[in-house]
Amino acid sequence: MSENVEKYIKRKVYKSTSSRIAQKFVDAGLEKIRACINCGTCTGSCPSGRRTAYRTRSAIRRALTGDESVLKDIDIWLCSTCYYCYERCPRDIPVTDMIIKLRNIAVEEGYILDSHFGLANDIFYATGHGVPATGENNKKWRDLRESYGLPPLPPTVHSYPEAVKECQELMNAVGFRKLLDNAAKLKEERAQAAKKDKEE
Amino acid sequence: MSEDYKWRYGFFLGCVIPNRYPMIEASIRNVFDYLGAELLDLPGASCCPAPGVFRAFHIPTWFVIAARNISIAEELGVSPITGCNGCYGTLRDAWYELEHDYDKKKEVNEYLAKIGRTYKGNFEPKHVIQAFYLDMGLDYLKDFIKLKFSDLKVAVHYGCHIVKPSEKRPWNGEYEAPRFLDEIVEITGAKSIDYKDKYMCCGAGGAVRTAVKEVAADFTREKLVNMRDAGVDIIINCCPFCHLQLDLGQVEVNNFYGDVIGEPFHIPVIYITQLLGVAFGMDPNLLGLIKNHELQGVSPFISIDPFLNIVKEQLI
Repeated sequence: MSENVEKYIKRKVYKSTSSRIAQKFVDAGLEKIRACINCGTCTGSCPSGRRTAYRTRSAIRRALTGDESVLKDIDIWLCSTCYYCYERCPRDIPVTDMIIKLRNIAVEEGYILDSHFGLANDIFYATGHGVPATGENNKKWRDLRESYGLPPLPPTVHSYPEAVKECQELMNAVGFRKLLDNAAKLKEERAQAAKKDKEE
Repeated sequence: MSEDYKWRYGFFLGCVIPNRYPMIEASIRNVFDYLGAELLDLPGASCCPAPGVFRAFHIPTWFVIAARNISIAEELGVSPITGCNGCYGTLRDAWYELEHDYDKKKEVNEYLAKIGRTYKGNFEPKHVIQAFYLDMGLDYLKDFIKLKFSDLKVAVHYGCHIVKPSEKRPWNGEYEAPRFLDEIVEITGAKSIDYKDKYMCCGAGGAVRTAVKEVAADFTREKLVNMRDAGVDIIINCCPFCHLQLDLGQVEVNNFYGDVIGEPFHIPVIYITQLLGVAFGMDPNLLGLIKNHELQGVSPFISIDPFLNIVKEQLI
């Protein structure tokens, strides 16, 4: 992108935007979202959109215009991050990175699926692996390793308890622990409110 | 470095390879050793963290944990190397972005300082395929081929993050129709068969498999139908998460979409180092191809016997 276009986009970017979400993109240095011309190349390239209601163009549009319903839409979690939209965007917008950022904002506001929360909290934070081999349930995988002549646990965090602590210390410092706790709290509050609504 | 080795890497295992498909770990370790490349363990390495899941939850966490993993290889003075497209996506993207953003790198190092580590960025994260194709080269690999297939039709599946984002990958910007993996496959005498939407995603990544398994399986259904229509014998891939999605995924597709697919799928899924190893004449036991246990509910979920029969008929 030429320097002039870059400047133009920066100037036009939501300095006093009414869209909280768009502002977060700008704050994260992703002001290129403003360059979107809604052409739909992203949606047309999307293997997820072929079979689901996920529409990349629409998600980006809603984020840009401040339609906050996009944050609670499960569709944004159906992007498999295959990067076709990113590669083919004629405006050079890193579309997949935008979707990733949009998900970050959703999690920040407590919109995270139970299965994803469990994966982040009970597995990744607890063990340092996203797919672990520890615990009684995973004995068959340790046995399988041994059957191929490998030690039952790999030389990763699984073999170095102090490395798990290191990872947790990093995750605490960078705000991951707080993010998860906050998401859990917001989810719980919403569930309570919904229950109350139902009772009334 | 031991004098016997021409190359040395830090073997970044990730999660799925060691903890679900250990046969892939065994085959990578043994094939690299056979080719004169030393793989050092990276003690205490963690999840990369997965680019579509954990990065989607919190980008700053993704950066610092990725930088910690890279720093373990740096301490040993080697490039981290991975056999997983997801780990490759994380390690390489994080490395690329940190090397292009001084402030970000400084910030990440402030966090790493808390645990007494430093990220320098002077060792490029690599993929097993990158080592084969760019470090060693096809001619080097060809010299090791002892046995050649006479009739093996292969559906090559690249996966996504090995080629994309293309500006952060070493393939000269090629992402729409790369050939490097086909070329590696074909030195074994096997034939890479074109099939519809060959470069399409398997469906597992980006947190989709964890979110809605049926959606992930529908991607896989489409791929499997296209592969079968092209008449392939086996699937070859270079990513354990694609491998899982194409292997366990066949069971799921047969289950979820039995009414639309006709015959159930049972195409053997083989990792690239397993294929290369048999053509090198290596013992199939070293390549994780021989099942020598009675465990239930473990990988591979689709029998690889048809492949082993082809090996017996054509190579031995």
